[in-house]
Amino acid sequence: MAKPYEIRLSGSGGQGLILAGIILAKAAVYDKRRVTQTQSYGPESRGGYSRADVIVGDSEIYFPEATQFDCLLALTQEACDVYLFDLKDDGILIIDTTYVKNLSMTAENTFEIPFTEVVIKELGSPITANICSLAFLVKVTGVVKTESLKKAIADSVKPAFVDLNYKAMELGFQLADLHLK
Amino acid sequence: MENIPQKIIHEYLRHDKKFPHVWCAGCSNGIVLGAIIRAIAKMNIDRNDIVMVSGIGCSSRMPVYVDFNTLHTLHGRPIAYATGVKLFKPHLKVIVVTGDGDCTAIGGNHFIHAARRNIDLTVILINNNIYGMTGGQASPTTPHMAIATTTPYGNIEPDFNICNLAIGAGASFVARTTAFHTNEVQNYVRDAIEHPGFSLIEVVSSCPVIYGRLNKKGGPAEMLKHMRDESIPLTAVDKLPKEKVEGKIVRGIIKRVIEPEFCAEYAKLCERVQAMGGE
Amino acid sequence: MATKKLKSTEYLKSLVKTEPAPEEKHRIALLQGNQAVAYGAMDAGVNFFAGYPITPSTEIAEILSEELPKRGGVYVQMEDEIASICAITGASLTGAKALTATSGPGFSLMQEGIGYAKITETPCVVVNVQRMGPSTGMPTSPAQGDIMQAKWGSHGDSPAIVLYPDSVRESYELTIRAVNLSEKYRTCVILLLDEVIGHMREAVTLPDLANVRVISRIKPTVPPHWYKHYDENQKYLSPLASYGEGYRFHVTGLTHDSHGFPTNKPSEAHEMMERLRKKITHNIRDLVQIESREMEDAKIAIFAAGIMSRAAKQAVAQARAEGIPVGILRPLTIWPFPDDAVRKMLRNVDTVIVPELNQGQLIHEIRRLTKDKSDGDLISMQRCDGALITPNEILRKIKEVH
Ligand SMILES: Cc1ncc(C[n+]2csc(CCOP(=O)(O)OP(=O)(O)O)c2C)c(N)n1
Ligand code: SF4
Repeated sequence: MAKPYEIRLSGSGGQGLILAGIILAKAAVYDKRRVTQTQSYGPESRGGYSRADVIVGDSEIYFPEATQFDCLLALTQEACDVYLFDLKDDGILIIDTTYVKNLSMTAENTFEIPFTEVVIKELGSPITANICSLAFLVKVTGVVKTESLKKAIADSVKPAFVDLNYKAMELGFQLADLHLK
Repeated sequence: MENIPQKIIHEYLRHDKKFPHVWCAGCSNGIVLGAIIRAIAKMNIDRNDIVMVSGIGCSSRMPVYVDFNTLHTLHGRPIAYATGVKLFKPHLKVIVVTGDGDCTAIGGNHFIHAARRNIDLTVILINNNIYGMTGGQASPTTPHMAIATTTPYGNIEPDFNICNLAIGAGASFVARTTAFHTNEVQNYVRDAIEHPGFSLIEVVSSCPVIYGRLNKKGGPAEMLKHMRDESIPLTAVDKLPKEKVEGKIVRGIIKRVIEPEFCAEYAKLCERVQAMGGE
Repeated sequence: MATKKLKSTEYLKSLVKTEPAPEEKHRIALLQGNQAVAYGAMDAGVNFFAGYPITPSTEIAEILSEELPKRGGVYVQMEDEIASICAITGASLTGAKALTATSGPGFSLMQEGIGYAKITETPCVVVNVQRMGPSTGMPTSPAQGDIMQAKWGSHGDSPAIVLYPDSVRESYELTIRAVNLSEKYRTCVILLLDEVIGHMREAVTLPDLANVRVISRIKPTVPPHWYKHYDENQKYLSPLASYGEGYRFHVTGLTHDSHGFPTNKPSEAHEMMERLRKKITHNIRDLVQIESREMEDAKIAIFAAGIMSRAAKQAVAQARAEGIPVGILRPLTIWPFPDDAVRKMLRNVDTVIVPELNQGQLIHEIRRLTKDKSDGDLISMQRCDGALITPNEILRKIKEVH
């Protein structure tokens, strides 16, 4: 049986990464996979560090914290600097170049996308950078089905915000298509 | 005095079980117990519906002697326990018997918050101005410059005005009287039990054996006479010149208003939520 | 208060809006450990919650504040944790199934009240979602520093039943078990969660409510004047009347006789203390639960609880794949301590590794049971900085001793 797939979503408080983690985990439930989702964050709800781990597999998942990432999403320079070294050799690195300016090493599969800039430009606000980058991640890793992601988003955000988040998701998918070509 | 024969008081006591009691001869606690029983006997409440809750202290020993549902809890916490009892079965009459230390020192937080919630508890606070049970240390109601075993040079702290504290915290029934005025104690207990909300009765009382001795207040009888002579009814306050009011114990129902009661409000909330349906 | 029964699936529907396939009898949901505790409590019949908010346990209070009013249960936010433990004890004596939830600082405040619930033999449950201490410590970081406090935190000798789940699903199950045991043994049962477990989400399959075994206290059948509040039968479990039912019993935190009245007689004090002790010692089999994996041929054993067992399980799986004979023993009941299982483990293996998120607590219990092992055979792994001991660190240790 394949080993569980370990993902870390990292950045700072207020970027919506824990919500992104929950959405990803829900999508995995819809795919009928096994999943654990953990998080770590500072006591403050804005600023400070924040990360969410999602592990998806088909057998019992023992340790719920990601230790060797198959995929790392970093939305801040600090997060990138701290976690980059725990990315597997063949792991996928996704960074938001709006905030991450330096890479101390490059992974084989690195995607450098200015998610925050893109959503500000296209949707008028940075708040959906989490969904945009999550959708990108789902598309390039294939860890969950895109329909499941869509459903999970609808089930996790307030009804009034579903449309906006869907737009962010589509944006993420398009960005992925561009880069996967 | 109301004509409640002694026999009736005995009917309410667990006399075959727990006597003799622990209180010193001349202590006010027994007087207050008698008044509470007379009030309840007169009101004809089913004793199965009465829960008497107390903390720790001489005064808090009261529940063990009476044939109600009784709950002798931790020092300072009777109101918190009583809150659990009352909230789960709001039809029960929950009476808290507590001391000045129990209620306003270690238990002060529970006291003000129960008053704020206006939960229907009847709190009877026996204020003897001292920690009796532990042998006479100062309490939050020990008067300025009074002697306690821990204030051998006189108490430099100001004391609490318990009724004002209760009013400030939102209690909807607040009364004060003394152990000398047993009829008033009895009547206020009745009024407080009938009152749908948080009620406090401060019974100014005496601890002749410790406080009395330390402060040379004379014996039990002198201390009771002092309560008689040094107290005035609330109704007289406005009529008397200022100097005659100052320093006196003011007796009477100081506050009585009907305000939303916590258990009733909670029941309404449940109804509202249930009417909204599952989703 | 009248209890309205709500179909248990109703609140789960709102969690995951997948329509379960027709053949699926179970309720699947992505649940947080704290959510699982709240649902477990309700499925066990808890109808009274009093608490005070504290990270990382707050979700339990939040969910119950939403759910209990729907079914006519009581939710109340008290002024502090002292008031919370007192209120649930008062409610329980009035007939409620009562629970509170807190974390380290609040757990410390509750200790006197926990002792009161134990000496008065009043059923109730305290959930402690542990965070890093001492004092305010690191509110959002995991630690396992309250293991000893859960047993010894209240003054005097008292019985302790403490359960310790290692997954979200088990948080649900052990919450139900905690309520059941509290009702059965008439005592305050403690459920210890790690911060990581409380906040972790996992896909869990919950049983149909019809299959959930719920135990409620035995009610007295004798007329009131025959009722003894602490009546003994063989297993030191006795019927419990509630206030307002005509029994008019007395409850006190003073040492008491079998009727509940205070006593100073050494013989009666002895009787009471023995009764509290034997409740536990005579029912060890019913109380102790352990999980044992890969222990049959193991030469190295890992003894770990809560989140540390999750790290250990991964390390064991990896080590086994490399042919190292290592197993894991895990207490689901941490108090009473699983002495027999640990003794057996100590007999059968050469080395025991004990990873824990504190400065050494479980290790002392193992050491207590060690007779013929030198200290070198007992390896304590400790971490106390808000982070977890990782599977790799345990694996490295396994390889070191192999
Ligand atoms: C937590 C705790 N602290 C201290 C004590 C000791 N103690 C017992 S009674 C008491 C004071 C009682 O004074 P009060 O409430 O005024 O009652 P009285 O005895 O005067 O009637 C104290 C300090 C205790 N039992 N528990
Ligand atoms: S010590 Fe004082 S308060 Fe206590 S019983 Fe004696 S007289 Fe009463």
